[in-house]
Amino acid sequence: MTNEVSIIDLVKVIRSKNAGPFELTFDIIFKDKETYEKVKKAKIITQELIAKLYHIPIDKVLYFVEFDPANAIKATIVRPVDSGSIGETDVYGAQQYAPLLEIKIPYGE
Amino acid sequence: MKEIRVLSPVGMLGYGFPAESFQKGLEKKPHVIAADAGSTDAGPHKLGAGVGIVSKEATKKDLTLMLTAGCENKIPVIIGSAGGSGAEIHLNWTLEIVKEITKEKNLHFKMALIHAEVEKDYLQKKLAQGKIKPLGPVPELTSKDIEEATRIVAVMGVHSHIKALEMGAEVIIAGRSNDPAMFAALPIKEGYDPGLALHMGKILECGAMASTPGTTSDCMMGYLREDYFIVEPTNPLRKCIPSTVAAHTLYEKSSPLHIIGPEGVVDVTGCKFEQYSERAVKVSGSKLKKSETINIKLEGASKVAYRTICIAGVRDPIMIKQIDECERHVRKTVLTYFNDTPPEDYRLIFHIYGKNGVMGELEPKKEITSHELCLILEVVAKDQELANTICAFARSTLMHYSYKGRIATAGNLAFPYAPSDIPTGAVYRFNIHHLVEVDDPDELFPIEMVEV
Repeated sequence: MTNEVSIIDLVKVIRSKNAGPFELTFDIIFKDKETYEKVKKAKIITQELIAKLYHIPIDKVLYFVEFDPANAIKATIVRPVDSGSIGETDVYGAQQYAPLLEIKIPYGE
Repeated sequence: MKEIRVLSPVGMLGYGFPAESFQKGLEKKPHVIAADAGSTDAGPHKLGAGVGIVSKEATKKDLTLMLTAGCENKIPVIIGSAGGSGAEIHLNWTLEIVKEITKEKNLHFKMALIHAEVEKDYLQKKLAQGKIKPLGPVPELTSKDIEEATRIVAVMGVHSHIKALEMGAEVIIAGRSNDPAMFAALPIKEGYDPGLALHMGKILECGAMASTPGTTSDCMMGYLREDYFIVEPTNPLRKCIPSTVAAHTLYEKSSPLHIIGPEGVVDVTGCKFEQYSERAVKVSGSKLKKSETINIKLEGASKVAYRTICIAGVRDPIMIKQIDECERHVRKTVLTYFNDTPPEDYRLIFHIYGKNGVMGELEPKKEITSHELCLILEVVAKDQELANTICAFARSTLMHYSYKGRIATAGNLAFPYAPSDIPTGAVYRFNIHHLVEVDDPDELFPIEMVEV
């Protein structure tokens, strides 16, 4: 029996922030090792998913890394405009994570 | 046991920290007190316009506590990225504050000023020699970029801070510095492992942010030993746990696996984060891979336009349904009315909160579900006068536009302010974000000793 669980119930932290003025980075930090391993195994959160959620080509996802010591998945994308330039909507990049909150994880038992 | 202790009172000089926490930190007898005073986070305006992130009064308050404690206890005090962006104007701003404090508190010390603003001629030469390359997703640098930059700074590593300490500095006010450098300099000078020292610096630079409850406005203590370091907030109401420290290792970086700086790359792939005591976390395994060449980061900002904004609310459901059509109408009318102004001289931007104000083109939700919208009409133009003129015209056009089905004929916008239009001045962009290869970092970061 597989249930779908909202990612909000599985994480301690979801956030976005500038990584320098030209990149935007997302951190998804899971509640514990067990949850993190389960999510990793489900292979739902991928470079492709990040590209899809933000409607960007996959080559704009510069990094996608699973960081075991923090039970975290991290992705970094190219900023739509460089921080503070004309057309900016979020100078610090701190409010760009909302689409990640929509992720659902098929979660056994 | 060999140990060096580093006290970080606050994540950003001027954010403020509790005096009691600072006192608790001093009781642990730190070997150095350090704070970061700058960031590119607040956008290119600070560097371009030569202004700070925090107020003078707030900076003075934090610095007074730090300098007084440093003098009384003979502990060196290091401030990096002084004044927000660490250019000459920021360094001088900080120097004036230091002078005020020393006068009022009757403090005496040997101070080093480390300059970080870069001469344009020097960079032009480096560019011609092919020694400058892009950092991250930015284009190749051109001679014109250097020409157009209002200010350019180079980001120093521990090298310059160590040198200032060797010259006998008791207080260091440094221009633009790599975030961990102020915290790692003394430990590396004393022969501690540079990988661990820089990783510890990365945790300490944000104050108590890597603790829970986390904040930049409180103190964190770092204890560096032979093959590991420990971090602990000095405020008993906070504690570090492995996940908060590991999480902070990721913070504001492209890749979690590497902390990149002028010294090379700190590889944290094999790091271990363990609970050391009730409120302290032990970190081991961070390793510095030295780079073969010395590459120093450059940051430059150039002035690109002037801006005027108008903030307005919309509460009419008939109008909200047609907000995109209203925007199109305003754009068309502006274009027609200003047909003698080249369209490249200005840009009209609609920020529509309630629709996609926060995320712009990244917003996946297309439908408006809110009963009210906040509009920011933004005009950026080649001069302030033109920005003001177009903003006023766009505002009045939208205010009185007779959209389809309109039944309220007195005006379409609710302005929270009079005047409704706000000129915000010059707009900058980061036009330099590159690495320059140097033979000796000293050529970029001259040190000036000052007796205070």
